[in-house]
Amino acid sequence: MSEPKTIYDKIWESHLAYEGDGDCLLYIDRHLIHEVTSPQAFEGLRMSNRKVRQPSNALAVADHNIPTTDRSLGIGDKESEIQIQTLEDNCKEFGIEYIKTSDKRQGIVHIIGPEQGFTLPGLTIVCGDSHTSTHGAFGALAHGIGTSEVEHVLATQTLIQKKAKNFQVKINGACKDSVTAKDLALSVIGAIGTAGGTGYVIEYTGEAVTSLSVEGRMTLCNLTIEAGARAGLVCPDEKTFEYLKGRPMSPKGNEWDLAVEYWKTLSSDSGAFYDKTIEIDAGNLTPLVTWGTSPEDVISIDGNIPNLEDIKDDSKRSAVKRSLDYMNLIPGSPIKGVPIDRVFIGSCTNGRIEDLREAASILPGKKVSEKVTAMVVPGSGLVKEQAEEEGLDQIFIEAGFEWREPGCSMCLAMNADKLLPKERCASTSNRNFEGRQGREGRTHLVSPKMAAAAAIAGCLTDVREMAI
Amino acid sequence: MDKFSSVKGIAAPMINKSGNQLSLMMNIDTDMIIPKQFLKTIKRSGLGKNLFDEMRYDSNGNEIDTFILNKEPFRDAKILIAGKNFGCGSSREHAPWSILDFGIKVIIAPSFADIFFNNSFKNGILPIKMDEDIINSIIDESMQGEHLEINLVDQEIILKNRKINFDVDSVNKDCLIKGLDDIGSTLEKSSYIDEFEIENANKRPWNIPR
Repeated sequence: MSEPKTIYDKIWESHLAYEGDGDCLLYIDRHLIHEVTSPQAFEGLRMSNRKVRQPSNALAVADHNIPTTDRSLGIGDKESEIQIQTLEDNCKEFGIEYIKTSDKRQGIVHIIGPEQGFTLPGLTIVCGDSHTSTHGAFGALAHGIGTSEVEHVLATQTLIQKKAKNFQVKINGACKDSVTAKDLALSVIGAIGTAGGTGYVIEYTGEAVTSLSVEGRMTLCNLTIEAGARAGLVCPDEKTFEYLKGRPMSPKGNEWDLAVEYWKTLSSDSGAFYDKTIEIDAGNLTPLVTWGTSPEDVISIDGNIPNLEDIKDDSKRSAVKRSLDYMNLIPGSPIKGVPIDRVFIGSCTNGRIEDLREAASILPGKKVSEKVTAMVVPGSGLVKEQAEEEGLDQIFIEAGFEWREPGCSMCLAMNADKLLPKERCASTSNRNFEGRQGREGRTHLVSPKMAAAAAIAGCLTDVREMAI
Repeated sequence: MDKFSSVKGIAAPMINKSGNQLSLMMNIDTDMIIPKQFLKTIKRSGLGKNLFDEMRYDSNGNEIDTFILNKEPFRDAKILIAGKNFGCGSSREHAPWSILDFGIKVIIAPSFADIFFNNSFKNGILPIKMDEDIINSIIDESMQGEHLEINLVDQEIILKNRKINFDVDSVNKDCLIKGLDDIGSTLEKSSYIDEFEIENANKRPWNIPR
């Protein structure tokens, strides 16, 4: 009998096209492409007169640059327009399917992959975007790559890789009131730090993970890169198969049955070896919020901002000092009650239908604080359509939110959606880095429900204390 | 890609101040290295002037005097010294492109984020992982503008009075020294990829997109 294996071991072994001395060629089944990290890769192909090896393994869409206001008015920004047009032209030239900006399937790459059934268990999936880890929620090995590697995948359908180590993050117990997948993910980053997963692939196990919906698992895997691991994985189960069945690009008929049979073998064997394991009890968690400029700067909404003198490590202390100066927060004071100016609900982390339902659930009968500008950016045209069918758009609009067109938007602020200097935002996105949402902007990462609550209260607040 | 053998020049340490305490800046992320407004380019070149843009210039575009790369002799730095987890965040290769375009060819830090680390080698930049205490020991000399020589062949950092050895993965080292084109060498293994695709289509036909 062979050695017990983790799901990562299994996917890795089933995709080795070549095994050399110290380097391997990993075959890539799916390649998602967007406008920002691909133009130089296509240019590279042209310059060396190379072709795309398997155009049908790729799917392209513009998301990072796109305005979230009326698309019929055009892109607006000249440079963005050129970049988006370049993507469309490159796809045409190299025979890659491109979802147009006017297509209702358009959206954030990591939302449309699963939506279309392009993402499947057991596959290797890459994209020139670090949040490609999202697709690991389906039991696929998925990670971000740079533009040189985008070119490499286009030309060869492989990546030169070294095997990573296995890291098990076991989340036991059940989430209590208002604790979501976002809070689970933030708690993991808080526990291991933003470099805690460097060199590893993280596999999430435990009751709190298996009881998450597929969309919740996507949020969890999405934020894996913020813990330093390029890929996160959840073993596929009936929920995964249910989610994928009947999607446009999912296998059909007899092939579907064969696929499911195979996918069921993609769980980690008992006794499989993990280089590292940590356990977290979901039952102990409360809704979380970040106070600093690194996603590891996590505290409970009822907690206090750190005191500098409590931090022993010199470089950590000076980093915290820098963060608190940037965020304009008082060391040792409560995070609850810190006034905000903006709320952003959306992104590949929290821009799916369940996120919107969760945020909307606390809104009926309430109004966004007069001091706050709040916006909802659905992750894709299909999410938007679904939300409108359910009347969620009306709930948001009546409460005083702006209801926008899909895209990455203020998660990275490449389009017109950005914070003004010193503005403070409760955001469902993934990074609170300096300047991330706009120069000198201040970001607090929270769950969709916590973001909606902050919009109403006009400050960071505990959603559990809000009457519904 | 240009062949890499040795680099000699000014090393700029990225420092945080807390009171009198100086320490290497940790978690320097890709948004700090090259903010998103510069990702709209469809070229690889020309990003050096925007390296560390928001730390380097005020909102009117004027240089911030206290930032290290705005000071002499660090304007000509070829080596960057930083704290833990350098390059965390996004996969944007604009980060190494901007570093290289500025003229920096070596980054020394206690640890690097995985994607950035990989992207660096693909662009002929050498990221050196070294013990934080050893890095701290070269800050003073760097601050005084002493030239450091990085010899990749012998894996040595050469200072005026001493030498420090560093580790580098042999495959990455070889690629840098020879200036190898990854895609070219992978294409030489095309027959393995052909075989894999046939096997994949037989064993797992649903893996082939429809």
